[in-house]
Amino acid sequence: MAEADSVATLETVTVTYGRSAALRDVTTKFAAGAVGLLGPNGAGKSTMIKALLGFIVPTHGRMQVLGLDVAQAPLAIRSRVGYMPESDAHIPGMNAVSFVAYCGELAGLPRVDAMQRAHEVLFYVGLGEARYRNVETYSTGMKQRIKLAQALVHDPDLLFLDEPTNGMDPKGRDEMLELVRDLAHNKGVNLILSSHLLPDVEYTCDHVVVMDKGTIAAAGPIDALKQPRGRVYELRVKTPTGELEPFLAYLRTAGLDCHATDEDVMRVFVPGDGGARRLFALASSERVQVRHLRPSVPTLEDVFAHAVGEE
Amino acid sequence: MPIHDQGYRRYGGSKAPLGQGWTVIARAGIRAMFAKRAFLGLLLMAWLPFFVRSVQFYAAANLPQAAVLAPSADTFRQFLDQQATFVFFVTVYVGAGLIANDRRANALQIYLSKPLTRLEYVFGKLAILATFLLLVTWVPAIVLLIVQISFAGNFTFLKNNLFLFPAITVFTFIEVLLVAMTMLALSSLSNSSRYVGILYAGVIFFSSAIYGVLYAVTRSTMFSWISFPANLEQIGNVIFRQPLRYDTPWPLSLLMIVLGIVMSGVILERRVRGVEVVA
Repeated sequence: MAEADSVATLETVTVTYGRSAALRDVTTKFAAGAVGLLGPNGAGKSTMIKALLGFIVPTHGRMQVLGLDVAQAPLAIRSRVGYMPESDAHIPGMNAVSFVAYCGELAGLPRVDAMQRAHEVLFYVGLGEARYRNVETYSTGMKQRIKLAQALVHDPDLLFLDEPTNGMDPKGRDEMLELVRDLAHNKGVNLILSSHLLPDVEYTCDHVVVMDKGTIAAAGPIDALKQPRGRVYELRVKTPTGELEPFLAYLRTAGLDCHATDEDVMRVFVPGDGGARRLFALASSERVQVRHLRPSVPTLEDVFAHAVGEE
Repeated sequence: MPIHDQGYRRYGGSKAPLGQGWTVIARAGIRAMFAKRAFLGLLLMAWLPFFVRSVQFYAAANLPQAAVLAPSADTFRQFLDQQATFVFFVTVYVGAGLIANDRRANALQIYLSKPLTRLEYVFGKLAILATFLLLVTWVPAIVLLIVQISFAGNFTFLKNNLFLFPAITVFTFIEVLLVAMTMLALSSLSNSSRYVGILYAGVIFFSSAIYGVLYAVTRSTMFSWISFPANLEQIGNVIFRQPLRYDTPWPLSLLMIVLGIVMSGVILERRVRGVEVVA
């Protein structure tokens, strides 16, 4: 990936809280567009975002956001990024439009422009009719939307979204994901979406960075990561002797990875090209009838499980 | 086709240069306080002594029988002493929630994700409280000086007391800085503005109570440096060229004031962060 194509880079970044390391020697790049930051709770996703925003100073390493060094130009970076925090957050005592306009002014917008943008983004996130209500009276879903609005009001080049669908009902979650997808794919806003929910990342993002225990477990375009280096098949056979084990052993000696999943169904990983043809050839040589053969399509869940070392 | 597109649009306008975020915080805070009727009532009450003093100056200037009411430098010192009560109430009303409410609503991470340093955030909050405190101390005292000149019809009093303008300015700014920094530091320690108000009252009254006990035991005012208000009174008398009220050396009182401001700064530095780290 070319340097110009990345919106954020980390080089050997270590962040420690007391004695425990939240990020361990992390080196990665976030490509332009929509990038999912995926990992289980405690993997270090929020810490990474807070470090990129300059909230946390790493004990070691360098970070760049939008080509600017985080340690040297944190304010210039923050004027060009938007941050939607994970936890409930608002400025107390304000209605929605005042709050969002205030955030716009804090980001440097003139007062009139900030107010106009506040109305626009509140309509965009679906709070147009509730924009004169005090934020403290909002439901959880509405609070998520207003956090997105305040992050968008100054038109950032890069959005950090920390668990944007937290606490939302299914309908609200779908709408939020639609907004995020629209921002990334139709409005030209780069975004880094931190989530532990695979479907959220898969639906909204093109790239993914998988984290586990403070390290990068996998990174790259989602489509490429889902492309197996070989192929997995669901296979059911009938052997001449009626016993499955000798055939499984034969497949293993031929370099295939086999797991019996049900009584007579197995998952077979065939490395390299020509997967199905090779399986048929091997079955034919052992006079085994292939009764069922279906390619198993890997999901992001498989990628995630493989990356964090799960079966 | 819609008349006005309500979708998301990129912003093509100008942006203010960095470093001006504190003015946004200050303006919004001041506007919010002026929108509260109860607070306007408090401000009005805080200006009552000013009107009483104005009547006194008018009488002294125009009625020979009231010459005994003629102002002196001590009159202004006393006026600022009287205003201390209103300084207390304004500090609690305006200051208690300045950071505590932001902490309760997790607003610090919103503020600090904008192009705003922690110093600018604190300075913006400080500006809100300082504005109102100056509005009940420095502004009425200076206007009172102008009123005296207006009613007397000459500059004789001002010429004889030229130090008054700098004295009023220096004393009120020291008072406001100490009070505002202390309140902001306390406000950063809690998520509850009520608790902060009680804590502030505790600092004021408890320090005075300890001094009162020590005075009762030793019959000496040497321990006045323990009292938060007594230190301000001592320095006020030095600045207004009045006899000292306590036996405590005034540099010690000044040191306690400076120490209070520095400690508040250290607390704010530790507490005002975009992320709370529990190590």
